[in-house]
Amino acid sequence: MTILQIDFFYFLEKLLLIGGVITFSLIIAMYTTYAERKVAAVLQDRLGPNRAGPFGLLQPLADGLKLFFKEEIIPLTSNKLLFVIGPALAMITAMLTSAVIPWGSSVNIFGRNVSLQIADVNIGILYVFGVVSLGVYGIMIGGWASNNKFSLIAAVRGASQIISYELAMGLSLIALLMMTGSLSLKTIVEQQMNGAWGGFLGWNVLYQPFGFLIFLICAFAECNRTPFDLPEAENELNFGYHQEYSSMKLGFYLFAEYINMFISSAIVATLFFGGYDIPFVNEITLAHTLGGNVVALLGVAALLAKISFFLFFFMWVRWTIPRFRYDQLMDLGWKKLIPLALANMLITAIIILWLNK
Amino acid sequence: MEQTPLNLMERLYLPSIFKGMAITFSHIFKKKATISYPEEQRPFSPVFRGLHVLNRDEEGRENCTACGLCAVACPAEAITMEAAERQPNEEHLYHEEKYAAKYEINMLRCIFCGLCEEACPKDAIYMSETFAPSNFTRQGFIYSKDQLLIPDPNTDKEKYQVAKGLRELNKKNK
Repeated sequence: MTILQIDFFYFLEKLLLIGGVITFSLIIAMYTTYAERKVAAVLQDRLGPNRAGPFGLLQPLADGLKLFFKEEIIPLTSNKLLFVIGPALAMITAMLTSAVIPWGSSVNIFGRNVSLQIADVNIGILYVFGVVSLGVYGIMIGGWASNNKFSLIAAVRGASQIISYELAMGLSLIALLMMTGSLSLKTIVEQQMNGAWGGFLGWNVLYQPFGFLIFLICAFAECNRTPFDLPEAENELNFGYHQEYSSMKLGFYLFAEYINMFISSAIVATLFFGGYDIPFVNEITLAHTLGGNVVALLGVAALLAKISFFLFFFMWVRWTIPRFRYDQLMDLGWKKLIPLALANMLITAIIILWLNK
Repeated sequence: MEQTPLNLMERLYLPSIFKGMAITFSHIFKKKATISYPEEQRPFSPVFRGLHVLNRDEEGRENCTACGLCAVACPAEAITMEAAERQPNEEHLYHEEKYAAKYEINMLRCIFCGLCEEACPKDAIYMSETFAPSNFTRQGFIYSKDQLLIPDPNTDKEKYQVAKGLRELNKKNK
């Protein structure tokens, strides 16, 4: 009898949502590669790819097909099992984080309220951090299993970089959590939506500018993105930890980096910029005129606009700044960002206590 | 070289990063330096050394006498030829009594130096402005005489004019 009491439609909607989010992340990661080339070109006084399809829009398909058709080389002296697992791990951890991001409020289909967030765990941010820490394994295993000194050095550098900047990231978020009082991402977004001016004055970036700055810098480091891209330094380390990979395994590593970028932008947008909140617009009054579903979809579009801006920002910084040297990188992470994050936390705590008196 | 320690604004890195980003951003709105190749092409100078062309005189007779000076001058040994004697009924075809029955240039060996053009005493070979087009086989790159000759003004007047025209135009523009 208990089987009939299980709400099967719940499984179906979650499954569809998972399928949708994964497909969506993959497509966006594909077009992020295209956008990267176009933005790089435009910033360098040239045109990007514009021959494959109109405006070069089919270029990512051409790249993907090229990677599929290449020869799959597994070095003889490498550890075969770990060689294959490395990219898979990188991809899995990149996708796992997308489960707790609130993509929109809720949509009303056939009388059921379907929330556009796959899993509203009440420890949302902690989950995100846990999964990001697992991302180190992908790089470390990939670099080590290649049985190549350069890959090993690159993997070790990558791992040390990621774990150093995780600390500063966590500390900068503690100040934010003191303000919001909850770890669940959905609650954070809803609190930001309650601000004045249609939600704009509720955005956390206005109350935590330093926290935002530190978090952004650490997000750059977590994605192995210039100026912190020493692990994949093309000139110094012969392409870094994914040197021995070919065909789709390399494709997975490169893809995982872009998905990481996309998810980091989504998290920055959710935590500091109001998530699916449309600024200067009161969602509740809009829902009376347009209907709840349309407002939810507009919220998703607003989130995507914010994510696109951050992706553009990632690429803009990449083509502006030279790379950090390894000791400068470690210096920045441990000796500068952690004290700054701690100071931020203290100041926030003092202000909160003072305002609560 | 004197190394002054960085002041506070410089040590922050952020102000100079933002200045750099402003510069990069301004490049989005500048004119792009790319030339979209098949639609737009870069102009060549009049002395550009492209594909070889075997010339004819004003009456349409081939100038080349198979003297072999171009083959000797060629540093890459790309030119080969066989001479033949002009028969009495071929007077309208060839300028002199000796002509080249077989004339081949191997485009894969040619280095486009122009020494053959300088060596020719009859003004019979010169280098035009076109590139060497691509091909699938090595055999296809050995150009024979009929691929190298300029079109006959008696039979193909328009093509001859076109082929000559570029050269004359460039000579006038010099």
